[in-house]
Amino acid sequence: MNISGQDLIYACSAIGAGIALIAGVGPGIGQGYAAGKGAEAVGRNPGAKGDVMTTMLLGQAVAETTGLYGLVVAIILMFVHPFG
Amino acid sequence: MYSSEDLGYMIKGLISYEVGGQTLWITTTHVSQLIITIVLIIVAFAVRNRMKKAEEVPGTFQCLCEAVVEMLDNMVITNMGARGRKYCNYIITLFIFILVSNIGGVFGLRSPTADYGVTLMLALVTFVLIHYNGIRHQKLEYWKGYLDPFPVFLPVNIISEFATPVSLSLRLFANMVSGTLIMALWYGLMPLLFKLGLPAALHVYFDLFSGAIQTYVFCMLTMIFVSQRFPEE
Repeated sequence: MNISGQDLIYACSAIGAGIALIAGVGPGIGQGYAAGKGAEAVGRNPGAKGDVMTTMLLGQAVAETTGLYGLVVAIILMFVHPFG
Repeated sequence: MYSSEDLGYMIKGLISYEVGGQTLWITTTHVSQLIITIVLIIVAFAVRNRMKKAEEVPGTFQCLCEAVVEMLDNMVITNMGARGRKYCNYIITLFIFILVSNIGGVFGLRSPTADYGVTLMLALVTFVLIHYNGIRHQKLEYWKGYLDPFPVFLPVNIISEFATPVSLSLRLFANMVSGTLIMALWYGLMPLLFKLGLPAALHVYFDLFSGAIQTYVFCMLTMIFVSQRFPEE
């Protein structure tokens, strides 16, 4: 089997994209923690459900950013082929 | 093996033209943005016509418009304080434009917000607003902020100022592009049976839910960043 330099670059880019998505672990933990705290807050004070919900979703969306950086890197590696 | 051209998520160039030796393209982003802008302008004129003959006892349409404007006005004022009143127009325009752009994926348009050029420009407007307010209202404190806590931190502070628009725009862009990408992968790779009905659930999550949340987050962060630069009452 012949593997040209180009193929090797594509293969390594795909592996790199997979590794970049490890970034998804952090936001997963963070969002879960925020959701847990949100549930706790609603349990303690059901009247403030709306406010808790908004704050929780806002915080989660901001926490998601780091994971999305990983996604952007993965997309660039997979589809833009900056090295090949 | 599928290549990226088979799946319909890439930004496609439609018409090319040359400016100063550079080849530029009218892309699908421009087209869908134009469609969205025209629709919004038509809706705006319809609302204006209706509001000209506003009634004491409002009908359905008038009620709806008043509720939307009141809700968004309240959102701006609770987050920015009384000084934020003059930013109501900008934030509401931003909110409606981003929301409609994000929801555009449902109607088969390629969301303009899934193009980095669009979100970067929106974030740069926020960037300009932040620093305009900082220079105008905080004056000396603004410049002192760069030397905080020690003068050695000057480069770090400058980089962190530039990180604000980058993270703001990447957040919106990456969310929308991930939705677009997953929908395109689903439509491109699944057998016909799975393309009927099932994608509706994905559209609801990626286009409607995610789009609405990100719109709210973008506007919220813009308001928070700008109102931080207002002078202390």
